[in-house]
Amino acid sequence: MDATAMPTFYRRIYPYKSIFLWLNHEHNPTKLFTHREFAFTLPGDVYLRYQSFANAEEFKKQLCSMTPTRFEIGPVYSGRPRDRKTLRPSAFVPVQRELVFDIDMTDYDNIRTCCSGAAICKRCWGFIAAAVKVLDKAIRDQFGYQYLLWVYSGRRGIHLWISDQEAVDLTDDQRKAIVNYLTVVATSKEASKHLNVRSNGVLPSLLSNALHDLGTIFDSLILKDQDLFSDEQAWLALLELLPQSMRGTLEAKWSSGEKNSSAKWDDVKGVINGLKSQSPAAFNTALAAMEDIVISYTYPRLDAEVSKHRNHLLKAPFCVHPGTGRVCVPVDPSEVDMFDPAAVPTIGQLLEELDTIREGSSELPQEHHNDWEKTSLKPYVDMLDKYCLRLVEEARHARREAPDLTW
Amino acid sequence: MLKARTVRKPTNVEEKPSFDENTFGLEYPHRLNVYDRPPAFDVTLEEFETAALDRLRVLAEIESSAVRGRSWEETKSVTGAHCKKYLPLHSSSAKYIDRDAERRKDILGHFVLRLAFSRSDELRRRFLKAELTLFKVRYDDSDMAEREAFSESRNFNWVKVDDEEKKVIRSQLFSVYSGPKATREALFKQETYLKVRWTRVPDLVSHRKVFLKGGWAYVPSREQSSIIFQEFESHLEQALLLTAKSLPRLDEDTRLDPILTNLSKGFLAGVASGWNDDQIDKDHITADMIDSLSKHFPLCMQHLHFKLTKDRHLPHFGRLQYGLFLKVLGLPIDEAIAFWRRSFSKITDDEFNKKYKYNIRHSYGLEGRKANYSALSCSQILIPSNKDSNWVCPYKHFAHENLSTALAARYQLAGTDLSEVMATVKAGHPHVACTRVFEITHAAQGIKKGEGIGGGESVTHPNQYAAVSIELEKASSGTKSEAMVVG
Repeated sequence: MDATAMPTFYRRIYPYKSIFLWLNHEHNPTKLFTHREFAFTLPGDVYLRYQSFANAEEFKKQLCSMTPTRFEIGPVYSGRPRDRKTLRPSAFVPVQRELVFDIDMTDYDNIRTCCSGAAICKRCWGFIAAAVKVLDKAIRDQFGYQYLLWVYSGRRGIHLWISDQEAVDLTDDQRKAIVNYLTVVATSKEASKHLNVRSNGVLPSLLSNALHDLGTIFDSLILKDQDLFSDEQAWLALLELLPQSMRGTLEAKWSSGEKNSSAKWDDVKGVINGLKSQSPAAFNTALAAMEDIVISYTYPRLDAEVSKHRNHLLKAPFCVHPGTGRVCVPVDPSEVDMFDPAAVPTIGQLLEELDTIREGSSELPQEHHNDWEKTSLKPYVDMLDKYCLRLVEEARHARREAPDLTW
Repeated sequence: MLKARTVRKPTNVEEKPSFDENTFGLEYPHRLNVYDRPPAFDVTLEEFETAALDRLRVLAEIESSAVRGRSWEETKSVTGAHCKKYLPLHSSSAKYIDRDAERRKDILGHFVLRLAFSRSDELRRRFLKAELTLFKVRYDDSDMAEREAFSESRNFNWVKVDDEEKKVIRSQLFSVYSGPKATREALFKQETYLKVRWTRVPDLVSHRKVFLKGGWAYVPSREQSSIIFQEFESHLEQALLLTAKSLPRLDEDTRLDPILTNLSKGFLAGVASGWNDDQIDKDHITADMIDSLSKHFPLCMQHLHFKLTKDRHLPHFGRLQYGLFLKVLGLPIDEAIAFWRRSFSKITDDEFNKKYKYNIRHSYGLEGRKANYSALSCSQILIPSNKDSNWVCPYKHFAHENLSTALAARYQLAGTDLSEVMATVKAGHPHVACTRVFEITHAAQGIKKGEGIGGGESVTHPNQYAAVSIELEKASSGTKSEAMVVG
């Protein structure tokens, strides 16, 4: 990347106003912005924490002069982060923070066949898309939150920022509770073993509600697209999850010949249906095992630690991913299936677009505000602006509802 | 001594409620209390201190239960026993008992400790945790009527789910129940649901024990306690912060401040209950017996004894700590002089008489101002009142390697026992470690984990440790000889 790329990006493209509004919930700066921690990663891996700004202009000025390779957003503290050395430690504690979630492709490595590690293609995006749909629905329906901003992380994951007032005010304990509630598949190394979410054999409503969607995802993503169980190791792992009594029959069927995943899954269904008349109890156990399999292969895998504490830092939207050069753009959850990570504009592409504008127009533009409007970043910024508009409206409404205590 | 000077608290005088069936004509109609009304009555300084100390005993035991990983059932029974002893609180329906007096003491103790423990983050956190456990224990052993009356008395901000709404969410709620369909139907029909924001029942959400819809948690009435506990906790948390803010004004009261400071120190050491010297009947012991008795000593005293035998000498604070311990153990003055004379075998009679005899007699109250000194308790050893005092608690002052060597040498501790004790030490709980060592070394006499030195009590005094140990040996040899007679 050329050395002037980042300064130009911060000077002309980065949508400060939108980010300010998104964090601040209203036009005049509030504590939500002024007491907010920003952390810069400077070239040469210098990490600069506890930056804070009085308003959007100062925010822009600082970014332009420091030109971090990327920067992160942290919590709102009880004092201004940049004044923290003048404050007593007890007067400087995190108090508010968007509720955030992080889904990372690496947690899916044991069940994706197309790529591994840092690599990601349109096909593995399917896992992310599935996670977004399931999680988005669960949070909206069950927790009642409405302001969910999904942001592509620039390479292989996606972040979710929830800005509802209640979510912003959550304590760490409450954050832990919501994470525990939503964590179904453990993402540690010994994951993909038996799921343990039932109480008395019954699925929690979180999952029984989602089961239909998960089934569809399992069918199209795991069986058809990834064709996961054509690999011997993968289908051996699948057998492990089924009741002992079924394993022998299926192993015999699968060890010879090349059956694709859908055919193998049909075999599983066939054996289970056979049990129906013989032993209802065994049938029910097997059916539950089948549901558990669907869940453990498709349910969103969360990086829990990110969400549990208010003082966790998370990369800001519209940053440039240092490795890929792609901009971390917002993603519309209803169109997440169509999202192609490879089509996200890169910083190089955006700067080129700016150059063509300059060549095309006769007069040189004097001011460089909001040049993103002339690039392919526009639809993404527009998306955030539209979202902020709703958020600001909601905040104004809430203020009006609140009893007026000023005289 | 502090005597009967009254402390008047600023109060807004409230009218006593008139007699009412539900309140049993009590000033404080509920046994359970979220302590939102400060004590509005006169108390003497003595009452002020006793109420706080007694409550502190209970809270300290709750803390030590948590540190020692007692199960909920164990914690409940230990705490219950302690409450009965120090802080009885009978149900509203109890007869022939001055329930209002009990409740006044309960309220007074709570508010005094609130003052004492609001001064630092650490103290607030620990006080909150212990008080919450105490509240849970009391809630648990209250009867239904008591609980209902209590929950009616306050607005917990929950919404009762009506039949209309219950029907709508039926299929969702239904899945929670197990068993045949008819049983489930019946269970569902009986159950009443309360609706609260999910943020108020994070523990239920965390374990997926409630159905969530639009941010509302549908809490079945059997989990109602969760809401009450959460309310208690957040209420007290707020109140502690408020108290902390108004503390500076209180510092001017020279009568209360020392009491409050002492209370908070006691809690930090994890030791509250006092062990009185007169609790053992003094079988006199002789200088010759000390060596064989030393196996009953806690590690601090074993260490001093070992050091004395090895060096033929002990420094001033060592002599004082060990000497007073032996005095209370039952060593008369003559025997004490004999014991120390023999131990300091490197010096001449003349030097001994000049340099040490006076001090020994002084500690027995026979010289100087003739004060009757008592032996040092654990809290005095752990938190010396004088900076220069140099008392020894091995669990606190020893380097970890030295401690584990000492434990292996004195008590033959090894393996998991040793690592368990060391872990407790590293976590900063000397009294818990000491208590655990007592349990391990007295397993042969039938002391089980968690029993402590009897009834779940922790070690709070070296003499108490030794006395119970000696008592246990007597008891077990007693049963043996009886058995022989019978056999």
